[in-house]
Amino acid sequence: MRAFILSRLVQLVVTMFMVSLVVFFMVRLRGDPILVMAPPNFDAEQIAKLRAAWGFDKPLGEQYITFLTKAARGDFGKSFQANRPAMELVIERLGYTYLLASAAAAIGVTIAIPLGIVSALKRNSLIDLLSTALASLGTAMPGFWLGLMLIIIFSVHLRMLPAFGALEPRALVMPAVTLGVGMAARLSRLTRSAMLEVLSQDYVRTARSKGLAQKAVVLRHALRNALIPIVTVFGLQLGWLLGGSVVVESVFSWPGLGRQMIDSINVRDIAMVQAGLFFFALSFILINYAIDVIYILIDPRIRFD
Amino acid sequence: MTADIASLPPRRNALLRAISIMLQSPVGATGTLIVAVVVLLALFGPQISPHDPIKGNLRARFEEPGYSDASGIYRLGSDQLGRDIFSRIIAGSRVSVLVGVVSVLISGTIGVLYGLVSGFVGGRLDSLMMRIVDGLLAVPFIILVVAISGVVGAGLSTLILILGLTGWVTYARVIRGDVLKVREQEYVIAAYALGQRRLVVMLRHILPNVISSAIVLAAVQVGVTVLAESSLSFLGLGVKPPTVTWGLMLADGRQYINSAWWMTTFPGIAITLTVLGVVFLGDWLRDFLDPNVRGRG
Repeated sequence: MRAFILSRLVQLVVTMFMVSLVVFFMVRLRGDPILVMAPPNFDAEQIAKLRAAWGFDKPLGEQYITFLTKAARGDFGKSFQANRPAMELVIERLGYTYLLASAAAAIGVTIAIPLGIVSALKRNSLIDLLSTALASLGTAMPGFWLGLMLIIIFSVHLRMLPAFGALEPRALVMPAVTLGVGMAARLSRLTRSAMLEVLSQDYVRTARSKGLAQKAVVLRHALRNALIPIVTVFGLQLGWLLGGSVVVESVFSWPGLGRQMIDSINVRDIAMVQAGLFFFALSFILINYAIDVIYILIDPRIRFD
Repeated sequence: MTADIASLPPRRNALLRAISIMLQSPVGATGTLIVAVVVLLALFGPQISPHDPIKGNLRARFEEPGYSDASGIYRLGSDQLGRDIFSRIIAGSRVSVLVGVVSVLISGTIGVLYGLVSGFVGGRLDSLMMRIVDGLLAVPFIILVVAISGVVGAGLSTLILILGLTGWVTYARVIRGDVLKVREQEYVIAAYALGQRRLVVMLRHILPNVISSAIVLAAVQVGVTVLAESSLSFLGLGVKPPTVTWGLMLADGRQYINSAWWMTTFPGIAITLTVLGVVFLGDWLRDFLDPNVRGRG
C-alpha cells in the first residue's frame, strides 16, 4: 500500500514535469513570447527592455530552468494586469472554481447514480428510455448554451435567480446546474451499464436466492461492485468540469480561475496564463491521484503490487 | 432476412449489413439522417438560404420568429443587424462541418500513428511517449485549446489546426492499448514467422485490426470538436466575423438575451442536434464495426 502510494507520487511528479514543459512551450509557440505580450504600439527599444525584464533574451534551456525552479517555489511572475504575483491571484480565484465544481459534481452524482441504478433495474422501461434520451441530450448540448437558456428562463422571465456574479449564494445555482447536468448525463449512462454488468453476476444471484431484500442486494452487493468504473469516470469527469468551468464561468461572470484565464488570455497576461494552466493541470492530476487511493478503499482486492 | 444476409458473400454483405443494422436501430437511422442534412446544408447552403446570412436588413432588426416583409419570411427571427437567423444557421453549418471533419482527420491520423508506434515499439520509447500524452491530457482539453488560441491568434484555419494538433492524444491512448492486445495475437506472430519485416507487420497486420476503434472514436471526436469550436468562437477566441458560426451567433445572442430569446435559442438547438446526430451515428458505427455484434446480422 505504502509502496503503491509512493510510486504513484513519483509518477505524479513526472507528469507535473511534463505539464511544465507543455506550459513553457505553449507560450513560446510563436517563437518569441514578447510578440504575444507587447502592446502593438511598443517600439523596438521598449520591446527589448520588456524582453530583458522577462529573461526572454536568454537561451531557451536557461529560461526553462529558471521557469521550473521558480514555479517549484510557486513563483510564476507578476500579473501585469493586476500588478500582483500571479500565484496569489490564482489561489484567490481557484476557490471559486472549486466551489462551483464541487457543487456541480454534487448535482451530477445526485442525479446520475439513482437514475443509473433505476435505469439498470428497470431496463427498457419508460424511465430507462427517458433517462437515455435525457443523457444523450445532456451530452450533446453545449454547456454554455444550457446556461444561456437558464438565464432566459430564470433571470429574464421568472426573475428568480441572478444572471451573473457571485454576490449571493443563490448565484451559484445556475452555473452549478449548467455544469452538473453535463456530468449527470455522462455519469448516469456509465452507472447504468456498470450496474447491468454487475447485476448479472453470480454473487448477485446468490444474494437474491438467499432471500435478501431488493434494497440490500442492490445497494450492498451490486452497487459496491459497480463503483469502481463509476469512480474512475467520476475522476475524469471532474477534469471535464474544470475545463467546462472556463466557458460556464464566462457565461455567468463567475469570478473563478476559468474566467480569469479568458481575461488574462485576452490581454496576453502571460504570467497569469502560465500559472492558471499549471494549477488546472495540478488540480486534475491530484484528483486522479486521489481516485487511485480511493480504489484501494472501495475494493479490498486491489493491492497494486 | 437474417438467413439471407448471413448467406451472402462477405463483400456484398457489408452494404446490406450496414442497411440492416441501420433499419434495426432507429437511433442509427436518426443519426445518419441528421448528419446527412447538416452536410447537405453545408454543401448547398448558399443555394437554399432564403436570405443573405451576412448582409442585414436594417428595417427588420430584432424581429420575432415568423416575421415577414417584402424580402420574405424570417422563420426563426432576425438579429441586431436584421440578418435572418435561419439563413445564418444554414451558413454556420459550413464551419461546423469543416472544423469537425478536417481537424478530426488531422488529429486521427497523428493519434493513430503515435499510438501505433508507441504500442508496437514498446519499452522505453513507449513509456516516454505515454508520459508526453499524460502531460497533455493533464491539462483539460478546452483549457489547452483556449490558451493556445490565445497565444497564436484566432481564425478559421488556425482553429482547425489547433483542434487537430491537440485532439490526437485521445486516439494515441486508445490505439496504443489496442495495439498492445493485438500484437500478441497468433496471426501477428505468424506474420513474423513468415519473415515479414516489422514495418510491414505494423502497417499490414496490426493497423487494420485497431482502426475500427479509431473510427468510432473519430465520430465521438467530431462531436467534441464541434462543441469546442462553438465554445471558442463564443468566447471570442475562435472564428472571427464576418464568417458565420453557431458559436458567434450565440455570442451575439447573449448580448440581447433580455429581449431577443430566439437569437440564443435556435443556434444552440442547431449545435445540439448536430452533435446528437454525430453521437448517434457513432453508436451505430460501433455496432457495425464491432466484430462481436457482426454475427447478429
